[in-house]
Amino acid sequence: MPAAANHVFKALADPTRRSIFEGLTRDGEQTVHALTRRAGISQPAVSKHLLILKRARLVGHRHQGRETHYSARPQALAPLVDWMAQYGAFWQNRFDQLENLLNRMDK
Amino acid sequence: MTDPTPTRTLVIEREMPHPQEKIWRALTQGQLIEEWLMSNDFQPVVGHHFTFRATPVPGWDGVIDCEVLVVDPISRLSYTWGTLGLGSIVAWTLTPTQTGTRVRMEQSGFPSEESASYKGAKYGWQKFLGNLERIVERIG
Repeated sequence: MPAAANHVFKALADPTRRSIFEGLTRDGEQTVHALTRRAGISQPAVSKHLLILKRARLVGHRHQGRETHYSARPQALAPLVDWMAQYGAFWQNRFDQLENLLNRMDK
Repeated sequence: MTDPTPTRTLVIEREMPHPQEKIWRALTQGQLIEEWLMSNDFQPVVGHHFTFRATPVPGWDGVIDCEVLVVDPISRLSYTWGTLGLGSIVAWTLTPTQTGTRVRMEQSGFPSEESASYKGAKYGWQKFLGNLERIVERIG
């Protein structure tokens, strides 16, 4: 698995980061102050989570004056979506094997 | 803190010309499960923690952590399915039909396309997909 996909999986494995990402997806661009108010954890903790989300390219940022505005980049979820498609193939294959087993089992 | 993420559900349904009781055995007896799914230490006991183990590949240890949620012989079985830090739930439903049994597998709990306004953009994940294909083949 390439590093990019690993970063996406790891970034979204944490419920606080998922919550930050969901908030940005739903409500659009926000400052770290606004995100901190909503997250209910310290600003350094939020910044640390944002760094991990940025590394996974799930979050982008732009500077405006003294504030940094963060926004979601949902297109970075592509590996998850493809992972799902693969799961479909995975289970179809397993269903085939289940049927093979049933054919071999005693009635 | 926020609303739960809308999640995607994967449903696979197939009618099989076999009695429901027999399919139930294939879904709930560890040795039989291993023959079509993966090696495991499954027990049909609610609350039992177990793992499925596939051949590890780079980036994935091949371990799927699970907990039994529902055992309703011989029609419903459900367990959690956690791997790569992402959790989901696998639910099996067996329904008798005229000629056999309808087998339904529902896997839910993945982040949804809709929740993230995923636009279907492709960013060169060919290599990633290739790796996944190899995973599926190796555990096949």
